[in-house]
This record gives sequence, structure tokens and C-alpha cells, in this order.
Amino acid sequence: MTVIPVMNEDCASPVADAFRRDVRQERGPRQMFCGLAGLIWLHRKMTDAFFLVVGSRTCAHFLQSAGGVMIFAEPRFATLLLEERDLAGLTDVDDGLDDAVARILKRRPDVRQIYLVGSCPSEVIKLDLSRAARRLTSTYHPRVTVRHYAASGLDTVFTRGEDACLAAIARDLPDAAPGARASLIVLGALPDIVEDQFRRLFDALGIGPVSFLPGKRQGSLPGVGRATRLLLAQPFLAETTRILEARGALRLPAPYPIGVEGTSLWLKAAADAWAVDAGRFDAVTAPGRERGIRALEGHAALLRQRRIFLFPDSELEIPLARFLSRELGMTVIEAGTPYLHRTLMDAELSLLPDGIPLTEGQDVDRQLDRCRAARPDLVLCGLGLANPLEAVGLTTKWSIELIFSPIHGYEQAGDLAQLFSRPMTRMTALDFGR
Amino acid sequence: MKLAIWSYEGPPHIGAIRVAAAMEGVHYLIHAPQGDSYADLLLTMIERRRTRPPVTYSSFQSRDLGRDMAALFQRTLRETVDRFRPRLLLVGASCTAELLGDDPGGLARALDLPVPVIALDLPANARKENWGAAETFYQIVRTLADRTLSPPPRNGRRPLCNLLGPTSLGFRHRDDVIEVSRLLEAMGIDVALTAPMGASPEDIKTIGRADFNVVLYPEIAAPAAAWLERTFHQPRIDTVPLGYGATRDFIARVAEVAGVVAPDAMIAGWSNLPWWSRSVDSTYLTGKRVVIFGDTTHAMAAARVATDELGLTVAGLGTYSRECQAVLKAAAQDLGAEALVTDDYLEVEDWIGRLRPELVLGTQMERHIAKRLGIASAVISAPVHVEDFPARYSPQMGFEGANVLFDSWTHPLMRGLEEHLLTMFRDDFEFNDASGPSHLPHAIPFSGTAAGPSSATPSTPAPVWAAEAERELGKIPFFVRGKARRNTEQFANDRGIAVITLGTLYDAKSHFAR
Ligand code: SF4
Repeated sequence: MTVIPVMNEDCASPVADAFRRDVRQERGPRQMFCGLAGLIWLHRKMTDAFFLVVGSRTCAHFLQSAGGVMIFAEPRFATLLLEERDLAGLTDVDDGLDDAVARILKRRPDVRQIYLVGSCPSEVIKLDLSRAARRLTSTYHPRVTVRHYAASGLDTVFTRGEDACLAAIARDLPDAAPGARASLIVLGALPDIVEDQFRRLFDALGIGPVSFLPGKRQGSLPGVGRATRLLLAQPFLAETTRILEARGALRLPAPYPIGVEGTSLWLKAAADAWAVDAGRFDAVTAPGRERGIRALEGHAALLRQRRIFLFPDSELEIPLARFLSRELGMTVIEAGTPYLHRTLMDAELSLLPDGIPLTEGQDVDRQLDRCRAARPDLVLCGLGLANPLEAVGLTTKWSIELIFSPIHGYEQAGDLAQLFSRPMTRMTALDFGR
Repeated sequence: MKLAIWSYEGPPHIGAIRVAAAMEGVHYLIHAPQGDSYADLLLTMIERRRTRPPVTYSSFQSRDLGRDMAALFQRTLRETVDRFRPRLLLVGASCTAELLGDDPGGLARALDLPVPVIALDLPANARKENWGAAETFYQIVRTLADRTLSPPPRNGRRPLCNLLGPTSLGFRHRDDVIEVSRLLEAMGIDVALTAPMGASPEDIKTIGRADFNVVLYPEIAAPAAAWLERTFHQPRIDTVPLGYGATRDFIARVAEVAGVVAPDAMIAGWSNLPWWSRSVDSTYLTGKRVVIFGDTTHAMAAARVATDELGLTVAGLGTYSRECQAVLKAAAQDLGAEALVTDDYLEVEDWIGRLRPELVLGTQMERHIAKRLGIASAVISAPVHVEDFPARYSPQMGFEGANVLFDSWTHPLMRGLEEHLLTMFRDDFEFNDASGPSHLPHAIPFSGTAAGPSSATPSTPAPVWAAEAERELGKIPFFVRGKARRNTEQFANDRGIAVITLGTLYDAKSHFAR
């Protein structure tokens, strides 16, 4: 890999072969969300989409509990509850779906795309939601497109729900015109502000045309073909990537745009594919890099040599471990991840300092034992674990905030660092007397 | 199939978690996919619990389906018992495991574990959270209660009672227990056992030692209390002390069952509610229209407080628990209120929009609706939200609870004095109704000025207001202006009047004044 000037040279030398790393495999009770969670942020990003989960009261309760705190407007999602009679096959599920979709469209005439989201119960009884989606699309075409994806807890963890949704869109992308010139698709839901920043950088680098998936609205879907280049903004998009690769697209291997270094290498991957010369790349990225590095300084002073333990949750753990260790000087005691996709994580693993223990999967009680025994200065974990760890004197950061806050790119590097430094600052700020 | 945007109750295993997490020495193993572990965050985030809930999820995945499942469940079972050493183990299936036809109870029995095991059979798709909590508590009591026990001879000792029903994630259960225990203490009665909250399996064994049972939350404790009455002949008190009058009824009933005389001062009442409600500033409350929605117990109690103790008019009374709907419907009829029994949020929303109350007493969901419609609201019932676990002591039950009800229901409304000043200085540039109540952070324009849902419900085209009539309407104090506008429009609609003139306005006024 070319070392561009922004690469952090003080840190431990990267391992040459990422595949050599030992990864602890754990299988046991877990404390993680299922993929349904994805629609909580996707419905905010895709402003004309409605997500209809076909599932149980548990699914509805989960969405309400996990999403309720984040929702300030009426949500564009709902659950179609499978009742005993439906499960026993006594009713026509199509009728139920038709009614629900009609009711939704009446209430929300602004909706242009509906996702029928499969859950554990709908998967177990083998409901054919793709057929239903096709049928409903033909009913409402061209005003509304109906797609299907499954995000059950049997097959997906947390962010993989976004992968499943994007995969459904990826299947629907039109073929690029034969002989079309090279184009870039950036994969992964990003807050609009981050998307706009990246768009400006790509423009300045002369990289284009660029499209972002998912977009804000249905319509204007990018074409895909042999001239399509993929740049993944999020690491958990394995299925979407597989589908687009099968349709001829070429993935540009890169670390993820987390932190200044990650962002530079990520942009560089696209710049190389577009043969942007080094001088131009440097000139375009220098202001962002400098701002990013400056923004990290204060946080690095607080976080340097502090020890952090990362519980598996969003699959952002490895890129974060790389950022925290290389750019903020933290010591990573353990980085857990629900899955480790070697190919998509290759560029990250080769940057990750040697000796950081990685865990794939989870046995939550054993992992908690290790965490408590290590007494880290900071723990990144899900909402179910945070307060109990605080109660034994550890300082925590909720991992879900990494998904809801803008963290990608140069301009957000400081904000990302602040997500980690703020809990530490708070611990120092509180004083309850003797 | 049923479309749910928000739901009032979770699945029944959430009820079981609320019982298990409230107790000591109990662990609950749920055969469920990993995603169902979200339930932990309800306890750790909403209730700010300091320890992990005593719940383990077997976390099966697609690849486990089939032969591996039993082994996975049994392995998890063994490890759970080894690690947590519970003195009572609950096992059960989530909705998905139930569909797969796995039998957690059978698998647990086959292991011969060194701990009592209760296999919960909670039909995931037919039942809901409160039912799950009630069934779980009933099974625990039935399984553990030592049937050879009976109350010790009275011989001048203080009466003993059990306090039944408080759980984790209950609406103010924590503080209600303290408040009701204080009331009982003042009457010379000892609480032998509070359950499920704070009780251990060993405590439950001794449940038969009490003279009688106090059912604080019938939704959760009624089946257990009925069984205890049959088995131990323990009378049960199901007068719920929610509100001033209800608290006095409760005291009278307890005194009767326990054979004690309540202190006079206590009967005279330790609550500020009656005087606060009598004092002239509260006159403004008279006849304000309120819509009430919640679990049956809280909704019924709120209706009584609203009508008898605050002088409000109940326009609608509803519940999401179908269990006691007959009682609620009868109560609504007595009050001349529109009854609603549903767990469909959209129906509740329509209902409130149609009734256009000045105050909504409901769950967090109705608070949402009220906020959107610009109507004042207060929360009176589960489902709960992080705000329903205040740092301060804030019971709903007993005399202190009545004080809390007075404050929390009337605070969102415009103060009496404030209303009068507003009317007097209507033309003052900052002291006018568009500024809203001074104590509310976001000045919500009140019903009359709010872009109310009348424009959103296109059923009948609203009649047009003639300029002169519109000006006259503007002179009516704003807190009754909304009502005047509605009544006049309805009057005009009923008579097919397309343009509302000054005459129509006063015709309507005299019509409704009859
Ligand atoms: S894990 Fe399965 S059953 Fe549970 S909420 Fe997720 S999809 Fe629904």
C-alpha cells in the first residue's frame, strides 16, 4: 500500500498478512440487536420510504423500544402483526398485506417506496414476501415501488439489516448502458451532511459520476455494469457488494472513511481508480486533513494510552479500533465484531496494530468477565450493557450513537473522537463531594 | 394480520421478564434469537437498573435450526445455572421458538437441574405483556407457596398482609409500594411480603402466613390473589388506592378486613388535593373536557379523580386491556363519556382528534398525540418511558399520590389566574393567548388558535365564517373559543348553513346553552 503523507507513521508497524491474525470465535448467548434495527436509520435517510415489518408483537416492541428514543416525528415504519390465524394458515396473507399497504399509502401519500421486511416469524413460516412485493408493485406502479428484504434475528445482526435492504435495491438497479464511462457508487447510508462533503471532494478530484446508495428518494437509481466502481462507506455491506460484483461492478479495496487516515486512504482508492495525480489529490484533501488532525488533538490528549474494550455490535469495531489506536493512541484491549468478513476487512486488518485481540461472535457473559477483569478506561457497548458496567465503576460509550451520529469523513473526525472523550471528561467533571 | 404503528403492550415474555427482574434469586432463560435480547435495555435504560437483568437468551440462529437446537438450549441452560446459581429458574419460548415447536420445559426437565424450574407457557401470538406477567406471577406463587402455612394466631399481634403486583417497568410501582406501605404502617398493619418486587423464592414460600392480600395492580396480581384466596382463604383487597376518595375507600376496606380502626387524622385525609381543588384558583378546572386512556385500573381511577375530585368532564374513557372492558364501558356510560377499548393506536388517535378534549390523560402514546394536536396532557399509565422514572419520590397511590395527581394533571393546563389575566389584557402585545401559558417551554397555542385537526378531517366541509362573525369569535376568551368555534360549526353543519354570520354565532350559543 502506498503510504500517503497523512498515514500515521508513529504507530506500530502493520502486520503484513491480515489473514495470519488469530481471531477468537465465540458462540453463546448474545446481547445484540437483530437486523430490523436498520430501518430505524434507513427511514430517516430514505425520506419517501416506508418500512412494513411482517412479524410478531416482539418485533413491534423491539422497534418501539430501540427506535422510540430516536424518533421525533411520526415514524415511517410499522409492524404487520401475524396473528394466530395467520400463522395457522387460516387467512389469506395477501389480503392482510394489501389492506395494510392501502392504509399506509392513504395516511402517507408522500410514500414512494415500501419495504416488506421479513422477520424471524415470517421466515419460519416461509411467507413469500418477494412475490407479494412484486404483486404490490404491479398494483401501485409507477407511483410506488414495493421491495422485500429479510432482517430476522436468525440471519442478521443489527447493521446487516441495512445490507439486506441495500441488497434489495441493488437487485433493482438498471443495467448501465453498454460502453458507459466509469462511474462510482458509494455504498452505505450516510447523513446528508457527510454525503455532501464527500460529493464536493469527489467533484474537486474530478471523480464522477458519483451516486450514493441509498439515496434520499426513490427514482434516479444509478445504472450498474462493468464500468461501475464501488466504494464502501460502511463495512457491513457484504451481500450488497456481492450482488453488485456479480453484476460486473468492481469494488475498490480500502479502509473505511473513519478518522483522518481512513478517510484519506478511502478517497485515495477512488482517486487511484480515476488516475488522479498525487499533487491534485494532496491539494484537494489537504484542508480537510489539516482540519481533521487539528480537531483530533485535544481529544487525543485525553485519550492517549487509555485502554478501551469494544463489544461486538455494529461491525464498525475493527475500523474504530484502527482509528482509536492509530490516530488517538488508545490501547485496544479487545475488539469484538459480530462477523468478520475477511475480504471486506482486509485493508483495515493490515492497518490494525499487531496484538489487538479480535473476537468474532459472542458469549456475552464470558466477554463481560474479560472486560471487568481488564478494568478498561472506556468500554464501547450496546444499551443493554452500558449502565450495568457504569454501576461497577467502568466508563462506557453506547455503540448505537456511532450509527446515528455523523462520524465519517474529515470534518467529523473530531466529533467521532469526542464521542469517546466525552464520557471520560464527564467522569472527571462529576464531583459528589465526600 | 394487524397493522401496529405503536403498541401498548409487548409480547407475554416481556411480562415474565418484568416479574423475574423484579425478584431476587430468579433467572429466566428464554429460547429466542439473539435480537430478542433488546429487552434488557428497557430495564437498564428506561428504569436505569444497575445490574444486568437476570435473563439469558439462547440466541439461536438459522444454522442451529433442526437437530442442534435442543443441544444448544440445554448447553445454555447448564451454563446459566452454573454461572448465576438461581434459586428459581424460569424457562420459556419466544414467539420464534414457539413457532419452531421447541419445548424448553421438556428440555429443562430432562436435565434434572439442581434448582426448581418453572416452564412458562406463554402463547406469544395470542397473549400480551400484562397477561404474561400475571401468568408468570401466578405460576411462581402456585409452585413455591408452602401450603401447610397459615397465619399465626392473632393474640393481639399486628395484622399481616401481602402487597401484590408491583414489577419492574411498572408505572410508578417503586413509589406506590412505599406510599401504600406507609399507609398500612400508620394503620398498625405489617407488610409480610411485597411481591414480585423485591421478593425471593424463599419469601414466596411464606406467602400463606399473611392474614390478607392487597392487590395493587390487578392486571398483574389478580390471578395469583384469586388462587391465594381459594387456597389459603386469604381475603383480597382490590380497592386500588388511586385518588383521594379511593384511598379513603381503601383505608376503610383494609380496616374492615384487618379488624383495625384507622386513626381519625388519617381518615380526615393527609392530602392537599381536596383543598387545592376547592380553592378558588381551581375554579377554572370546572367542566374542562378530558379524555382518559390507559390500563383499566389506572383509567378507571383517573375517571373518578377527574370527575369527583377535580370537577372535570370526562369526554372519553378508554383502555387497551380487553380483560375488564365491561366494567370500563359501564363506567363510561355512567359518566356520559365515549368508551373505547382497543390496542390500535390509530383508533385512539382518531378518537382523541374527534373528541377534542382540553386535557388528555393517557400513556406516552397519547402524550404524543396530544402534543401533535396542541392539547395539554399528562401520563397516567404504562407503557412507560424514561421520564416515568423520575429521580424524586412521585407515587400515584395514597394521599401523597393524590397530591401528585393534582399537580401533574393541572400543571399542563393554563392556571386559573393566568387565564383571567389573559382575557383582561387580550390586546396587550406580549400578554396574549398566542404566547401560551408562561410555564410551558414551547408556547403551544391553545385549542382555539391551534391549527386543529378540523382542517385535517375532511368529512364535512367546514362552513365559512363571515368576517363580522369571525371578529366576534375573536372577542370570546380564547380558552373557550375553540369550543365556541366547534359548536358553532357543528350547529351550522347540522342545519346546512354555509356561511356563519353573527346571527348564527349567537343562535348556536343559545342552542348549546340550553
Ligand atoms: S430477533 Fe426476530 S423475532 Fe426478535 S425482533 Fe428481531 S426479527 Fe423479530
